[in-house]
Amino acid sequence: MMAAFGVARSTCGLINGLRVSFRSLAQVKLGATPASPLQTSLQRDCRWYSVSHLSVKERIEKKRKAALVGGGQKRIDAQHKKGKLTARERVELLLDPESFVETDMFVEHRCSDFGMEQDSNKFPGDSVVTGRGRINGRLVYVFSQDFTVFGGSLSGAHAQKICKIMDQAMTVGAPVIGLNDSGGARIQEGVESLAGYADIFLRNVLASGVVPQISLIMGPCAGGAVYSPALTDFTFMVKDTSYLFITGPDVVKSVTNEDVTQEELGGAKTHTTVSGVAHRAFENDVEALLNLREFFNFLPLSNQDPAPIRECHDPSDRLVKSLDTIVPLESTKAYDMLDIIHAIVDERDFFEIMPAYAKNIVVGFARMNGRTVGIVGNQPKVASGCLDINSSVKGARFVRFCDAFNIPIITFVDVPGFLPGTAQEYGGIIRHGAKLLFAFAEATVPKITIITRKAYGGAYDVMSSKHLRGDVNYAWPTAEVAVMGAKGAVQIIFRGKENQAEAEAEYVEKFANPFPAAVRGFVDDIIEPATTRKKICSDLEMLASKKQVNPWKKHANVPL
Amino acid sequence: MAALYKLSLNLDRLLSVKFAPCRSGCCAVTSRALYSAVVNTNEKTFDKILIANRGEIACRVMKTCKKMGIRTVAVHSDVDSSAVHVKMADEAVCVGPAPTSKSYLNMDAIMDAIRLTGAQAVHPGYGFLSENKEFAKRLAAEGVTFIGPDTHAIQAMGDKIESKLIAKTAKVNTIPGFDGVVKTAEDAVKIAQQIGYPVMIKASAGGGGKGMRIAWNDEETREGFRFSSQEAASSFGDDRLLIEKYIDNPRHIEIQVLADKHGNALWLNERECSIQRRNQKVVEEAPSTFLDPDTRRAMGEQAVQLAKAVKYSSAGTVEFLVDSKKNFYFLEMNTRLQVEHPITECITGLDLVEQMIRVAKGHHLQHTQEDVPINGWAIESRVYAEDPYKSFGLPSIGRLSQYHEPLDLSNVRVDSGIEEGSDISIYYDPMISKLVTYGATRAEALARMEDALDNYVIRGVTHNIPLLREIITHPRFISGDISTNFLPEVYPDGFKGHQLDAEGRRELLASAAALYITSQLRSQKVLGNQRVSPAPVKSSCWQLCVELGEGCHDVDITKAGNIYTVEVDGEKVEVSGQWNLASPLLALTINGTQKIFQCVSREASGLIVLQYMGTLFKVRVLSKLASELNSYMPEKVAEDTSSILRSPMPGTVVAVSVKPGDTVAEGQEICVIEAMKMQNSLTAVKQAKVKCVHCKPGETVGEGDLLVELE
Repeated sequence: MMAAFGVARSTCGLINGLRVSFRSLAQVKLGATPASPLQTSLQRDCRWYSVSHLSVKERIEKKRKAALVGGGQKRIDAQHKKGKLTARERVELLLDPESFVETDMFVEHRCSDFGMEQDSNKFPGDSVVTGRGRINGRLVYVFSQDFTVFGGSLSGAHAQKICKIMDQAMTVGAPVIGLNDSGGARIQEGVESLAGYADIFLRNVLASGVVPQISLIMGPCAGGAVYSPALTDFTFMVKDTSYLFITGPDVVKSVTNEDVTQEELGGAKTHTTVSGVAHRAFENDVEALLNLREFFNFLPLSNQDPAPIRECHDPSDRLVKSLDTIVPLESTKAYDMLDIIHAIVDERDFFEIMPAYAKNIVVGFARMNGRTVGIVGNQPKVASGCLDINSSVKGARFVRFCDAFNIPIITFVDVPGFLPGTAQEYGGIIRHGAKLLFAFAEATVPKITIITRKAYGGAYDVMSSKHLRGDVNYAWPTAEVAVMGAKGAVQIIFRGKENQAEAEAEYVEKFANPFPAAVRGFVDDIIEPATTRKKICSDLEMLASKKQVNPWKKHANVPL
Repeated sequence: MAALYKLSLNLDRLLSVKFAPCRSGCCAVTSRALYSAVVNTNEKTFDKILIANRGEIACRVMKTCKKMGIRTVAVHSDVDSSAVHVKMADEAVCVGPAPTSKSYLNMDAIMDAIRLTGAQAVHPGYGFLSENKEFAKRLAAEGVTFIGPDTHAIQAMGDKIESKLIAKTAKVNTIPGFDGVVKTAEDAVKIAQQIGYPVMIKASAGGGGKGMRIAWNDEETREGFRFSSQEAASSFGDDRLLIEKYIDNPRHIEIQVLADKHGNALWLNERECSIQRRNQKVVEEAPSTFLDPDTRRAMGEQAVQLAKAVKYSSAGTVEFLVDSKKNFYFLEMNTRLQVEHPITECITGLDLVEQMIRVAKGHHLQHTQEDVPINGWAIESRVYAEDPYKSFGLPSIGRLSQYHEPLDLSNVRVDSGIEEGSDISIYYDPMISKLVTYGATRAEALARMEDALDNYVIRGVTHNIPLLREIITHPRFISGDISTNFLPEVYPDGFKGHQLDAEGRRELLASAAALYITSQLRSQKVLGNQRVSPAPVKSSCWQLCVELGEGCHDVDITKAGNIYTVEVDGEKVEVSGQWNLASPLLALTINGTQKIFQCVSREASGLIVLQYMGTLFKVRVLSKLASELNSYMPEKVAEDTSSILRSPMPGTVVAVSVKPGDTVAEGQEICVIEAMKMQNSLTAVKQAKVKCVHCKPGETVGEGDLLVELE
C-alpha cells in the first residue's frame, strides 16, 4: 500500500518544488520595493482599526475569487490543453444551471512541512470542489477533484471535505457523484493523507446500498485512491485522458520488468474490456458528463425511494410484432438479445452497463411505462450466451445494485449452461457462478423472467427462475427448459443404444418446448412474444406494492 | 408458430409442410389495392395455386388469389420459414436452403411441392423461374397450368436476335442494326457506317447492358469488335454479335399487353421507366409525360402485333427505347408480370394477376381496347435496402427493427413482402417494397409520393428513400425532362443527399432544438410522491448551440405551451407539434406549414439524427455552456483509411487477388465481393505493400469488416 501511495510522487513533487522556488524568488523581489517597512505597517494598522469589517469582506471576496481559479490560469490552460475541463467546469456542466451550492470553499490544507505552510502554497478550497446540486431537479452531492491544485492530490483537508458531503448525503438520502482527477496522496502530508483515504473508504462502504454512489474518472486515479471508485456502485471513465491503476508503468517496470504504457495498463479500454473495473467509457469530458446526467435519471435517490417513474410517451400496451420472428427456428442459430430489449423497453432507450465486458450477458437500465427497471439478458450472439466467470460476476453485481435500490429486475433467458473447461474450473466458476445465483435468490424486488429459448441445466435455476422467488415467469413458445441439449442428454440416457437419432427426436419432442416447465407451474404462462411488453408493464404495476423480507441477519455471506 | 413448424418436420422429413390456417389478421400486407375488387365468382378458374416465388410478388399474387377464392401454396427456403408470404399462404412447403439455386430455382423440389399439395396451377411471379421454358415444359408434362405465356412464346422472346427478327416481321419498329456473325473488324466498321454513328456493339447472347460498348467512330468500332467478339466466344460460346444504332439519351417506355388463348390481345398503355441506375429501374410512372395519343396508339398497336405474332397469352411487356423525336424502337419483350405492374393497374383499374389467372384457365379477355382507360396518374418508387450514397445504391442488410408503411395516407399502395422484424439477407433481392401513389393528376400523385416517403418508417437497414425523394422533387423530373441517363447527369459526382437551402436549414435546426428542449423538460417530469422534493428548472427560454455539418449556430428558444419560438441566426421560426418522444414520426407545424420529420436517434451527448426531406441529418444540440466547454475537447483522430480496406457492403468474398507481401498499384484490384447478384471489385487507393489479408474466398463478410491491410 505504501508503495502504491507514492505513485504520484514524481508529478506532485515536481510541481511543488517549482512552486516553492518561484515564490521565494518573488519574495526577494518584493523586499526590494521602495516603500519603507514602517510606512507599510502603519498603513496596515490604520486600516485594521478603522475599516476592519470591510477588510474581512474584501478578504472573503479575495478568497472566493482565489477559490474559483483553483491553481491559477496557467494551470487551467494546461488542463484545457490536455483536453480536460477544470473541476468547476465539470460541476457546472453536470448540474442544473445555478443549482450548485458549494461547501468548504475556505478550507485550506494544514500541512506545515516542506514549505507548505507558506501563504503562496495555500489555495482556498484546496484541491477539491464539493457541494450539492440538482440534476433535472433531483438532489445530488458532488465532489470534483481539482488537478490544478497540487495535481489534485489528496490532503487531509481534501478528504475531510469529501467526507463532509458524503455524511450529509447519507443523512438526507441522496446520491454521491465523485469526479476523480487526482495524482494521488499529498506526499507532504504523509500519514494524514492516508488517513484521509481511509476515511473516504469507510464512508463509501457505509453508504453502499444506502445511496447510489457513482465515480467518473476524468484524469489519473492511482494507488490507494483507486479503491474509492472501486467501492462505489458505478465507475465510468473518459477515453484517452483517464487512468486507473494500483501502480504506474514505472513501478511495474521495476518490479515485474514489464513494459507497458499508462493507456494499456489502466486506460478506459483496458478497464471496460479486459478487467471489468469500469462500467462504461465516454469520448471526452463533455460527453461523459452529459451521459452521467442521463444515467442519473434512472436512479432512485436512496434505498428509501422507489424506482423513479418518468413521464412516458410509449404506450404500455404496445404490441411488439417483430418479436414473433426474432428467435430463429434452428436452436443453434444466434440472434441479438439487444434487439429484444430495445424493442420491449420504452422508446428503445437502454443504458447498457459494461457493454464491452463479458458480452455473453447484457445488463443495463431501461424504463417500462416510465418506471426504471434493471435488465439482465443472456446474449446468444456471444459465446452462445453461456454463463462463465466474468458474466456471472457482471450479472451478480448488477442484480445486487437493483435489489439494493428497489429497481425491479427483468431477466431474459437464453442460456445453454455454464461454460465448461479447465480455465473456468481453475478460475473458480463454482464460486463465481454462485454469486449470480446468490444475487438472484436474495433479491426481494419485483422479478420478472422471460425464457426466450434455452434454459438448460443449473443455469436455468440461476437465471431468476421461479424457484428463486421469481414473481412472474414467462416462456415464449420457443422456450426449451431442460437439463441439457438433446444430443448430450440422449448420449447419457441411451448410452450404447443404436438408434440415437430417433431417441434424440423423442427427447426434442418431449423437452425442447415450454410444456415440461409449464405443466409443473415453473413458468406462469406461455405468451406470444408480441405481448411481452404489455404483460411486463401490467405486471410491474401489480408488483409495485410487493413486500418481501429476507430473514433477519447481520449481513448475508455472499460467496466472494 | 415454431411448434407448428416442428410438427410439420415430423410429418415429412424431406419436405416440411406448414398448414397455417388462413387468418386475415396475420397478413401484414394490408395495402389498399388500387385495382378492381370485383370478381366474377361464377367463372371457374383454379382451386389451388402454388406461387413459385417469394417476397412482395408472392404476397401480391396471393392477395388476388384470396380475392378470387383460390387457395394458395407458398414455397420457401429455410431462412424464409417465417416470411410474410409463408404466413399469408394457406399452405407452405420448404423447398431447400437459403441460396436461390437450391430453393427458389430448385425445380425438382418445387415440382415435388406441387404434387404434395395438389396445386393445379403455378404463378411464377417475376425473376426466378418466371421465364424458364424448361420449368413451363415440366409443368405442362404434369398437367399443371403455368400462369404465363406458352413455352414457345417464352423461347421466342427470350432470345435477343430471334425476338428482333419476329418483331421485324410483325412490322414492329426495331433499332437499325445488324445481328449475326461479324467476321472481321473491317466488316464491323462497314456495318457501323451503314447504320450511322453512334453504334452499340455487344455479344448477342449477353443479357441487358452487360458487355455493351459504344462506338462513335471507326476506331472505336474496331476496338469494340475485338472486345465483344472475344467475350462472346469466351463467356457465351456463341460468337454472334449485335451491332446497332446507339440511341443517345433515350427514354425507356414499355407497353403492357394482355392476351388470351383465343388470339385476342390488348395494350394497357405505357409505363415510363427511364429513371434507372445500372440498368435497374428506380422510379416508374404511368402514363408517360412524353407520349402523345398518336404515339401511344402506334406503340400499343405494334406491341399487340408482336404479341399476336408469337401467339402470346397472359400479361407481357414490350419494352421500347424512345428517342427525343418520339421515334420508338423495340427493345425486348418480357414474358412475365413486371415488377412495376401496379402503376398500370392504378390507371386502368384492372387486376393483372386476376387477368393472368383467368386467361391461363382459358377464359376470354373481358375487355376490348376501348374499355381500357387512362384514369389519373400513378408513380412507383422502388424502396430498396441499399445505401444510395454509394454508386446510387449498394445493398445493405439487416433486421427491420422498426417498420411502418404509410398506408394511413389515401391513394397509397405498398406492395411488400416484409414486416417489422424481417431480415433483409444477402441471399435475395434487397427490395423492401414498391411504394405506389395515385392521383387525378401527375402533380397530385407526386405530392402524395412526397408525403408517403416522408411517412415511411424504416429502421435497421440503410434505405434509398433519400434518393427517391430527391428524384421525385427534382425540377427536371417534375417537368418530365428525363432519360435513362437522368441519375448520372443530375448527380455527376454521385448522390450526396438533400442539400438544404437557408430556410430548410433553419427549419431543421429549430426542430432539433425544440425536440432537445422537449426531452430535457421531460427528464424533469418524475411522477409520484417524492421524499426529497425536486427543484425543476423553471425556465421558459434557453440559449443553445446547434451544430450541423461544419457550422455551429446560436439558437435562442422560448416555449409557450406546445409552441416553441426559435431564433436561428437572427430569424424567427415557430415550431409546434404533438412532441411525442416515443414516436419515430414527428409531424411539426413550422411557421404554419406542416412538415414531417423522423427522429432516428437521440443521444445523451446531444446528438440527434433527424430524417428531413428524405435525408438523414446529424445535428448536435448543446447548451451554450456545454458548447463552450466542448471547444476544449480534443478532436479524435480518425482512422487512416488509405491503408485498410473494409467491405463496403455485406456479401460473400468471391476472390482475393493479393497475398501478404505483394505490392499493389493504385487502382489495382484487391478482392471481389459479391452481394445480391452483383460483383464489386475493391481496389487499392494507393501504391503499397500488402501487410495482412483478413478474408478468404467463400467467406461471408459484413459491412465495414476489415478485409485487407496495406503497409
